[in-house]
Amino acid sequence: MQISMTVNGSEFTSEIEPRVLLVHYIREVLGLTGTHWGCDTSNCGTCVVLMDGQPVKSCTVLAAMAAGHDIRTVEGLATGGTLDPVQQGFMEEHGLQCGFCTPGMMLTARALLDKNPHPDDAEIRQAISGQICRCTGYATIVRSVQWAAAHPAGTGWDGADTAVPDVAPETADTDAEVKA
Amino acid sequence: MQIPASFDYVRASSVDNALELLARYGPESRVVAGGHSLLPMMKLRLARPEWLIDINDLYELDFILRDGNKLRVGALTRHTTLLESDEVAALFPIVRDAERVIADPTVRNRGTIGGSLCQADPAEDLSTVCDVLDAEAVIRGPGGERAVAMSGFHRGPYETAVGQDELLCELRFPIRPRAGSAYEKVERRVGDWATGAAGAAVTLAADGTVEDATVGLTALGLDRTVAEAAAVLRGKRPAEDLFTEAGRLAAAACDPVPDQRGPVDYKRHLADELTRRVLRRACARAAQMAARMQEG
Amino acid sequence: MTVIHDRPSNPAPGDEDRPIGYGRIQRKEDPRFVRGKGHYLDDIVLPGMLHGAILRAPVAHARLVSIDTTNALAHPKVVAVITGKDLLGLKLAWAPTLSADVQAVLVTDKVRFQGQEVAFVVAEDRYAARDALELIEVEYDILPPLVDARKALDPDAPVIRDEIEGRTDNRIFDWEIGDKAETDAVFASADVVVSQEVVYPRVHPAPMETCGAVADFDAVNGKLTLYETTQAPHAHRTLFAIVAGIPEHKIRIVSPDIGGGFGNKVGIYPGYILAVVGSIVSGRPVKWVEDRSENLMSTSFARDYIMQGEIAATKDGKILALRTHVLADHGAFNATAQPTKNPAGFFSIFTGSYDLQAAHCSVTGVYTNKAPGGVAYACSFRVTEAVYLVERMVDVLARKLNMDPAELRLKNFIRPEQFPYANKTGWVYDSGNYAAALRLSMELAGYEDLRREQAEKRERGELMGIGVAFFTEVVGAGPRKHFDIVGLGMADGAELRVHPTGKAVVRISVQSQGQGHETTFAQIVAEELGIPPEDIDVVHGDTDQTPFGLGTYGSRSTPVSGGAVALVARKVREKAKLIAGAMLETRPEDLEWEKGRWFVKGDPGAGKTIAEIAMGAHGTVALPEGVDGNLDAEVTYDPPNLTFPFGAYICVVDVDPGTGQVKVRRFIAVDDCGTRINPMIIEGQVHGGLTDGVGMALMEIIEFDEAGNCLAGSFMDYLIPTAMEVPDWETGFTVTPSPHHPIGAKGIGESATVGSPPAIVNAVVDALAPLGVTHMDMPCTPARVWAAMQGRARPPI
Repeated sequence: MQISMTVNGSEFTSEIEPRVLLVHYIREVLGLTGTHWGCDTSNCGTCVVLMDGQPVKSCTVLAAMAAGHDIRTVEGLATGGTLDPVQQGFMEEHGLQCGFCTPGMMLTARALLDKNPHPDDAEIRQAISGQICRCTGYATIVRSVQWAAAHPAGTGWDGADTAVPDVAPETADTDAEVKA
Repeated sequence: MQIPASFDYVRASSVDNALELLARYGPESRVVAGGHSLLPMMKLRLARPEWLIDINDLYELDFILRDGNKLRVGALTRHTTLLESDEVAALFPIVRDAERVIADPTVRNRGTIGGSLCQADPAEDLSTVCDVLDAEAVIRGPGGERAVAMSGFHRGPYETAVGQDELLCELRFPIRPRAGSAYEKVERRVGDWATGAAGAAVTLAADGTVEDATVGLTALGLDRTVAEAAAVLRGKRPAEDLFTEAGRLAAAACDPVPDQRGPVDYKRHLADELTRRVLRRACARAAQMAARMQEG
Repeated sequence: MTVIHDRPSNPAPGDEDRPIGYGRIQRKEDPRFVRGKGHYLDDIVLPGMLHGAILRAPVAHARLVSIDTTNALAHPKVVAVITGKDLLGLKLAWAPTLSADVQAVLVTDKVRFQGQEVAFVVAEDRYAARDALELIEVEYDILPPLVDARKALDPDAPVIRDEIEGRTDNRIFDWEIGDKAETDAVFASADVVVSQEVVYPRVHPAPMETCGAVADFDAVNGKLTLYETTQAPHAHRTLFAIVAGIPEHKIRIVSPDIGGGFGNKVGIYPGYILAVVGSIVSGRPVKWVEDRSENLMSTSFARDYIMQGEIAATKDGKILALRTHVLADHGAFNATAQPTKNPAGFFSIFTGSYDLQAAHCSVTGVYTNKAPGGVAYACSFRVTEAVYLVERMVDVLARKLNMDPAELRLKNFIRPEQFPYANKTGWVYDSGNYAAALRLSMELAGYEDLRREQAEKRERGELMGIGVAFFTEVVGAGPRKHFDIVGLGMADGAELRVHPTGKAVVRISVQSQGQGHETTFAQIVAEELGIPPEDIDVVHGDTDQTPFGLGTYGSRSTPVSGGAVALVARKVREKAKLIAGAMLETRPEDLEWEKGRWFVKGDPGAGKTIAEIAMGAHGTVALPEGVDGNLDAEVTYDPPNLTFPFGAYICVVDVDPGTGQVKVRRFIAVDDCGTRINPMIIEGQVHGGLTDGVGMALMEIIEFDEAGNCLAGSFMDYLIPTAMEVPDWETGFTVTPSPHHPIGAKGIGESATVGSPPAIVNAVVDALAPLGVTHMDMPCTPARVWAAMQGRARPPI
């Protein structure tokens, strides 16, 4: 069957089998491999994308069902060369380690901040509670989203890996760590 | 990742069109709304429909509407919409209690009340909610529209009164004065299916005695409301010893099966414990509503 | 944008607590990850690539009667169907495991666990490959399964490995260490002896990315390029050479970005081998990626130890001795990934952090009809089980003696002046200051206030628990004379090239699965050479590009490869000194190093920076005798000892008395990993491990029913904590450098996974103390906690 949908602002039309899952359509037909998958049963949330601005598990939406809708993936978070504040926040506050759940986490964070620009920590935890991270223990993800909330315009940094931006001085208690 | 077997897909453009499609494709067709129960089953190849009829475009079924002394909720209303509706929470606080603990926020963005009820999983929370609120299901089919009380809606695990060629369109909840309701679920982790849950709805008479009460259990092997537990309260002022007795009766009435979530004795204990909790909270909420009515 | 070049980073004398290598800097790998530009295994698409899928056994124990692949082969998109019979012909039906056993690649004779590999379909796309699995018809003759390890040695137990000639039972090994007679003598004369069975149930690492491989065999030049989700690319290369008979120089293993490992990606799974066979057979690249249920049901599980613990003490709380017997369930094949001489891993460090007179431990490993594995999930080669046992036992003793558990620990710690400390089971602990760490943890927790709050709550019938746990890790395997895996010594190589313009590339043998190697190792070079981290690229994960080494697991990257990288940078620095001497026309011994440059002693103005020296080395400077014209070096670091990180954890829980639900309210973690490099990364490692602890203590378990069906084959039943089950972690640190490590670092990757489960379980048991509960086994699910409250606590298996 033929489907058309908008992904990251561009319109795509493709011929697909009706059973093609949205996650496979995004990854394999469109080649946008920033969206990952991690389970068979809609539990892990690794595959979260935004559908009409709302986080959905793209393993549990058929590409056919997404036809006519507006999809946003991690590749659509940065605008031009500028990272979304959420992306910057994840780098500033170590909201990622292996990076596998990160795209889904960031998209949910973006949707949350669009709806609620100043969430408290409990609201952030609630928002990401359908998504599993095996690396971070979540606290740094919460901090990352709070960083983005506190810097709605980001810093304009392009995130290129040729330079490491300045961070808080080592002596600052940014990690809430305490030394004997 | 696991992948569904092949099927054909068609998107319905209206309720009438959906009914036509159901009639045309027959027993091997299935309606898909949020898809968060059906698609996982299809991926595991436990469900293999030949046709999927997508009703997500039926915006006419996505509404929350107060209509006299009833609240009408369209079957395509998403869990998130129900959770976030202040009107629903004010009238039926049990809905927000339950919606908070149904799956997870991302699933709730897609899943619908109609889909949950039609899936009729024994661990499904909204079935209990609709039971204790004495809701009515509005079903449309080739023969027109019919309203079915919840007691007649459930036909057992994964079975409902909705025929193969029919569509659940709406739920209607009676609005009662001096009413309160509550839901509590024990789960191993956020997003897990219930180990056990209980819901209660209570209406107080003007004198503060219990006019009516309903208790329902989720995932505890009872596909009816616990009439005997509710009977304990009727005509009496809410009191701790009555909650205790109701809990005891709920535990006696239920018939849970052991699984990884817990053995029978624990689940029976939950029927008792959670029945007491939800009755306590429902009565308190009913009293609050009664007080507000008096003030207002 | 400010760049951090000028930040001081060398710790001054007396300032060992300061992190090295520019400290907390952002990770160099993050810009690609936050843009969705990571490159994971399933992102790899090669021209003409086919897709593989594995048919798995639906039962736990059965004779294979027949396989009919006719219908599958008739599928228009199916290219090949491979069965065990085909592999027998290729001599690939059985592959060696990492523990001197063999494992079936595809079933030839009988199925030995549910989910075992039966046939492999290669098809044009992944949907077709899946569809074709349903077209294979298999007939099984069901056999009685052996599910309960406690029954494995019963005379009437079914013999699982009956294909091994002469085998008549399910015993894999008996292993012991420590002086039994001495230990028994101490026990015989002790005032107090407490004993407790402690079960560490079977759990699973379950990284978010499942395992997979893309095999690309080039028949023309005989070269196999194998992209794999592997934590140990070099070891895999050697093993593939042995298994598949492909010459080792014709094998290139590439480990791309890995979506979490936790020990799940150490072993060589049948799927990897099948992808290779598929590529050889089809002449095209073949991708195989397992789904989540395959991952949970067939790849390396963790733990599954039934431990009988006993502790002897004086009546005033001096711990004298420990002894234990362990029944270890290894599943159907002994495929544990651990050093050869350590069949129970490093479990023998169960003496923990305490100064004992004697200790003895014996372990019996058995086969059951369950998936193989056992060493995984950030366990530091079974230190998790050891620490859990001793920390649970110490709490049981504290209760018996009616002593505060923190006080009892403080009374028995190995004292700072006792290091290096030789314990009773053969380990030499490098350094430690345990009491300082526990005291800091208690201070951060407000321990006295918590105990007061608990007393008040108990008056009201509320169940609040405070759990204390202290752990000593043993990581960084290890010295070659003691540690090897299938004969490969556990040393690591590193190569460093400083390019003419002073930018550097360091090639390491270990592979990151999220730990931030690209940042940490650049920081080590930065520390040693004064080149800023952003000017250093770290190359890893490709065996054609990197020196040999054993891989990332057992928290060994910083202790071993970190040592290699520091030493290779020092080697470059020494070479730079010779070249600087030539450039400055002075004797090298008259030069002095300051960060980033050599200068003439007494004349700081006369010096050459590393960049200037690099240009000189590659340029026209007349080089001293014996110095090559580059600024490169390579080393292989054979660590003189293991490292022994430690930590003090305190957990506060509230238990719902009506439902048994446990809420972790607070968790305070004080860790000491020696010299710290990037505190942000260290903290992240700790947070992740603490979350593992919540998972294991409260919800994670792989259970089986009586028929051997795996009851945790999906994320619906294998539960992993979400953001809702974990608190906002409170962390602190002390710094006790390792005396033998080049930069004093000890490793941090698995500390929190090791240390947190006993803290949480101790807290739950402490909460239930008013009900007379002295022990319960993990996971503390609501139902199991409630059973414990009724006095009906049962082990999970």
